[in-house]
Amino acid sequence: MKENLLVSSSPHLRGGRKTNMIMLDVIIALMPAVIASCIIFGWRAAIILGITTGVCVVSEWLSRLIMKRDNTIWDLSAVVTGILLAFNLPVSIHPVMAGIGGVVAIVVAKQMFGGLGQNFVNPALTARIVLMVSFPSQMSTWTKPFEYGYDAMTTASPLGILAESGDTPMPSYLDLFLGNHAGSLGETCALAIILGGAYLLVRRVISPIIPGCFLATVVIFSLIFQRDILVDLLSGGVLLGAFFMATDYATSPINWRGKIVFGIGCGIITMLIRIFGAMPEGVSFSIILMNIVTPHIERLTRPRAFGKARKERKNNEA
Amino acid sequence: MAKDPKQKSYLREFHKGIIVENPVFRLMLGTCPTLAVTTAAFNGLGMGAAATLVLIGSNVVISLLRNVIPDKVRIAAYITIIAGFVSIIQLFVKAYVPDIDKSLGIFLPLIVVNCVILGRAEMYASKNSVGLSALDGLGMGIGFTLALVVMASIREIIGAGTLTLLPNLVIPVTINLWSPMIIFILPPGGFFVYGMLVAIVNKITVKKGKVPKSELGCGGCPMASSCSRANQGECGNE
Repeated sequence: MKENLLVSSSPHLRGGRKTNMIMLDVIIALMPAVIASCIIFGWRAAIILGITTGVCVVSEWLSRLIMKRDNTIWDLSAVVTGILLAFNLPVSIHPVMAGIGGVVAIVVAKQMFGGLGQNFVNPALTARIVLMVSFPSQMSTWTKPFEYGYDAMTTASPLGILAESGDTPMPSYLDLFLGNHAGSLGETCALAIILGGAYLLVRRVISPIIPGCFLATVVIFSLIFQRDILVDLLSGGVLLGAFFMATDYATSPINWRGKIVFGIGCGIITMLIRIFGAMPEGVSFSIILMNIVTPHIERLTRPRAFGKARKERKNNEA
Repeated sequence: MAKDPKQKSYLREFHKGIIVENPVFRLMLGTCPTLAVTTAAFNGLGMGAAATLVLIGSNVVISLLRNVIPDKVRIAAYITIIAGFVSIIQLFVKAYVPDIDKSLGIFLPLIVVNCVILGRAEMYASKNSVGLSALDGLGMGIGFTLALVVMASIREIIGAGTLTLLPNLVIPVTINLWSPMIIFILPPGGFFVYGMLVAIVNKITVKKGKVPKSELGCGGCPMASSCSRANQGECGNE
């Protein structure tokens, strides 16, 4: 009789989803914000987006080639990293600096640790922080929206206005929502980010737990310290970070309890930096810090294996 | 020790500290001052020179006293001897090159607890003759200085765009061309450059066949030549 039994290890039921399909979903979700940034900041935004994406893909290809590993540019993760990195930069940044950011993101933060899934911090945010520490003045020069070209006026971002309490008027809530204010490329248009985030949620690419806890914590802190809740939510990188960066699979906890801890931690650190810190914005630092403690969160929130006793101590007592 | 049958070549004891057993890149000693002071090339040079002088002096004295110092209090004795030399060097530096004293700050007196110096005292000078110990100290000191200067130059050129050869001789390298990446003179950049240099030096030494790649255990250990338990199959690191 012919042997019809096939022995293989679990999982036995697999979905058809591949990495590149998930990444494609993320890219689709980023498209509204890409279009919004090109409308708000003009052709220079398109150039920055092109540079970071191109540099990320090329450095992914080159570093895999040098390390003699499989070519992984078709999983599209480098494209996502490139777009997210551009979203974190001001439009006035020098293209070379944007390129350095791309190299740092892919080579230092991702490939040196083993590539997709092995990186312990979000590559795009690591690159943003490296650039912010390296080129502080260029990274905090914000240009006015709808003024294209190199002679665009500079102005303060909403959180900068909030932190310095100068004479600059705060943009209206509608302007904050539609993106008619200064800021990084991708973070200004809240509408586009919410559209993209909703798409990811509907497609079940991300779970709502991390963004929910993140935003809820921001709202609670805003209430406690009597700040403007809508300004706290709509300005800066909170929405972008909550939907697209904090939900990165490789650097956030797997199970739901860990995700709650992760989201709340991100919110707390963000608001502490905003309220007490020297910098007006703290989303990138908060997500990176929570990325670093993610392994410990995972260990503390390990789910009970099915069939095991609820607690070891009860067994001993009985 | 006299009972050591294999004769040690004076030349090898001197030059091993420069690349093959470079204290910073191969033995991983003295990491703290390496990361802390290598923000300008001249700081690295000053730190390296001061440490080298202390290292030679302490190696010679410890080697002379190696049969007198009781085993149980040897670390305290070494520290006392090293501290004496550090005080001498510090007074000299304060008197003749106050610029180094100013830029190195606390790290000059901290040479007392520098791992390179204590490590060589424990691993080498306490077991070898005076001449060998002096040469070992000189070689290790030059290796330490070289490592600091290389690392400080890289960090300063990328991070500040300048190269400080003397306190009042600052050569602008790229500062006028583009804005330097400040992160390289900050701690994260220090760790990054350090890691990269360790990787490069490992690559070079392995390629030259000086350290057999596949050899595990004591044979592959860069400290094997001076380890008291070498080739006994047991190692304190395990």
